[in-house]
Amino acid sequence: MLEKRIIICLDVRDGKTTKGVKFKGNVDIGDPVEMAAEYYTQGVDELVFYDITASSEKRGIMIDVVERVAEQIFIPFCVGGGIATTADMRAVLLAGAEKISVNSQAVKNPAIIEEGAGLFGRQCIVLGMDAAADRNMPSGYRVVINGGRTPTELDALEWALRAEKLGAGEIVLNSIDADGTQDGYEINATRMISEAVGIPVVASGGAGTSGHLKDVLTEGKADAALIASMVHFGGYTVGGIKEYLNKENVPVRIL
Amino acid sequence: MIGIVDYEAGNLRSVETAMKHLGADFFISRNPEELLKADRMIFPGVGEAKSSMEVLERTGLDKAVREFADSGKPMLGICLGCQIFFEHSEERDTECLGIIPGRVKEFSADMGLKVPHMGWNQVRHEGRHPVFEGIKEESSFYFVHSFYPSAPKEFEIGSTEYGIGFTSAASKDNVVATQFHPEKSGEVGLKLITNFINWKI
Repeated sequence: MLEKRIIICLDVRDGKTTKGVKFKGNVDIGDPVEMAAEYYTQGVDELVFYDITASSEKRGIMIDVVERVAEQIFIPFCVGGGIATTADMRAVLLAGAEKISVNSQAVKNPAIIEEGAGLFGRQCIVLGMDAAADRNMPSGYRVVINGGRTPTELDALEWALRAEKLGAGEIVLNSIDADGTQDGYEINATRMISEAVGIPVVASGGAGTSGHLKDVLTEGKADAALIASMVHFGGYTVGGIKEYLNKENVPVRIL
Repeated sequence: MIGIVDYEAGNLRSVETAMKHLGADFFISRNPEELLKADRMIFPGVGEAKSSMEVLERTGLDKAVREFADSGKPMLGICLGCQIFFEHSEERDTECLGIIPGRVKEFSADMGLKVPHMGWNQVRHEGRHPVFEGIKEESSFYFVHSFYPSAPKEFEIGSTEYGIGFTSAASKDNVVATQFHPEKSGEVGLKLITNFINWKI
């Protein structure tokens, strides 16, 4: 049986891992390469690195991080943040990543999904989508961009379906309302989108306990769950979370 | 010396970093003559069957890979490389190399499955092949694919369930093929690659 994936997200700014709450108040928490190696040892299934470097002249630092990660961990990993062209995608793939995540840039220029899928295969192209509850939208969720700061006119469900049609191979659905709160995932939106599309959906934002992961992987119909704070700040280990999920009959990879 | 075939099919980087990590003696090449001199061959690949077969035919690598298979030297196909070893793929109705008996089929949408089959899934191998030596039964490996191999039982050395049971590893004589990515399957995957490197026929 295909197992549910546990994915750890590392926000990287100027080559350092950082973490904020609702995209604000970031603090540096360590070296991304060392952290990746530690989570690999713990049995994480996949990693995502989001480059939140503010200045474009420091983007080269991220490629260096990706190369060093690729030398040490032998599981898939995805890189996102500031990827606007197929040349950006190629650079990240050549540095050793399996997948590229596009978010705000795909909203501004949806053709990037199609071009990337055509050049590198749809399994490489992940749509990252930040959604906020909004009762004025048909699905009840609005797509927001630029790290949650800018609302768009896109409905989250419509955008997910369109991205799938354009060639996205996976969707990471991040709830702006839940991000960094550790109060649990946005179950409704995750289930709605996961049931509507034929590609895997990764739930993101709000994980605080192993029970939250169980809820979103069962009730929320997510194919994978993304976590950050709960492991970065020492409360949980990947092994411990998986042991719990295994006991609760959620299929996960046990080392 | 292990020759890794570069036929423009996806990213060789992950195989390369795994080989470096294992301290293996290898080279990457698209030159048929150079590759035929290798002691072992790895035939990786991510991408689409038809265009990859076209590249192989255009560059003469198709003949080199077949000749290598006939030479009796150990050979490993990964993912698309695995699929291309079979006789035929439903992906754009492609005639493949026919090194291992079997066909490659499409995961059907009416099975209610998410496609691609992406993530970790268990491989039942029952110790049928030396490349699985020291690897626990039903260990999980990393998969990402939309088409799956179906080989006759005598050539199947590993099977996996995703809606249906399919051939996730196959072998004929000196040739072994895995639908999953051992280079992305953590320590278990590295063990399989090590076993391939040490495989004595």
